Amino acid sequence: MLEYLLSFLILTGATLTFIGSLGLLRLKDFYMRLHGPTKATTLGVGSLLIASALFFSSHNAGISLHEVLITVFLVITAPVSAHLLAKAALHLNLHSFAKMPAKSTKGEDGADDDAMDTQTPEEKSSSSDTHVPRKPV
Amino acid sequence: MARLLPHPILSPTLACLWLLLVNSITPGQIFLGLLLGWMIPLLTLRFWPEAVTIRKPLTLLRYIGLLLIDIIMANFTVARLILGDPDRLKPIFVELPLDLTSDLAISLLANSITLTPGTVSARLSEDRRYLLVHALNEADPDALIATIKRRYERPLQEIFELC
Repeated sequence: MLEYLLSFLILTGATLTFIGSLGLLRLKDFYMRLHGPTKATTLGVGSLLIASALFFSSHNAGISLHEVLITVFLVITAPVSAHLLAKAALHLNLHSFAKMPAKSTKGEDGADDDAMDTQTPEEKSSSSDTHVPRKPV
Repeated sequence: MARLLPHPILSPTLACLWLLLVNSITPGQIFLGLLLGWMIPLLTLRFWPEAVTIRKPLTLLRYIGLLLIDIIMANFTVARLILGDPDRLKPIFVELPLDLTSDLAISLLANSITLTPGTVSARLSEDRRYLLVHALNEADPDALIATIKRRYERPLQEIFELC
């Protein structure tokens, strides 16, 4: 019984990790490629770790909790590296298929055009004055 | 008291981490864990300028549970998107106006956003009032903002900021 559960977890983990890496190949721009490794892999590695914890808990004396620790660290650190990569990419103005929002977040090097800047003040005030989540349209 | 134990939450957390790390609960290890939990915050005080207060521990637990479920869902969503036709994806940048003010809450929100369905937090504006979020496949930016605010920002605000 345990064997089946373990195999299921390991296969799921391997598949998800593989799909995450496949994202690097299939998706088209840098920002989209970021999504693969940050998400599909967390659950992939997660199920591998659960399998590992179950295996070593059943074969050795006492329960194995190192895997919990690995999961915690993974969940804490993966988004940070993704965030830094995205930030670096924005800084370098990498090509993106997604449009930038009409605000001067790109403005560090003054590369924005004026047409976009005109929308900024009203957007800013409308969202900061009300302080309520916008309704879905 | 405040000087001797600057981070009352961090210390027990570190002690628990130590016990998990050595994978044993003998009195000696518990003592060592508590000692480390007391000394490390004291020695790294300058990296933790903000005192962390958790106002609603139950909300925090519920938030963690919600986040775990969302992470699992996110994995399958993104897996499906990757296996689908990449040409049909509609990536988009969204600017999320922040109501949170504390550093810890903002970083937790950014972390949560990156871990959940098809979104990666990309940049915090310099005045700390906007978070730039990249979504892998989203047709309606306003709905996305509303969801993030309702699902993640509101609980974080309750946990760390509101009295």
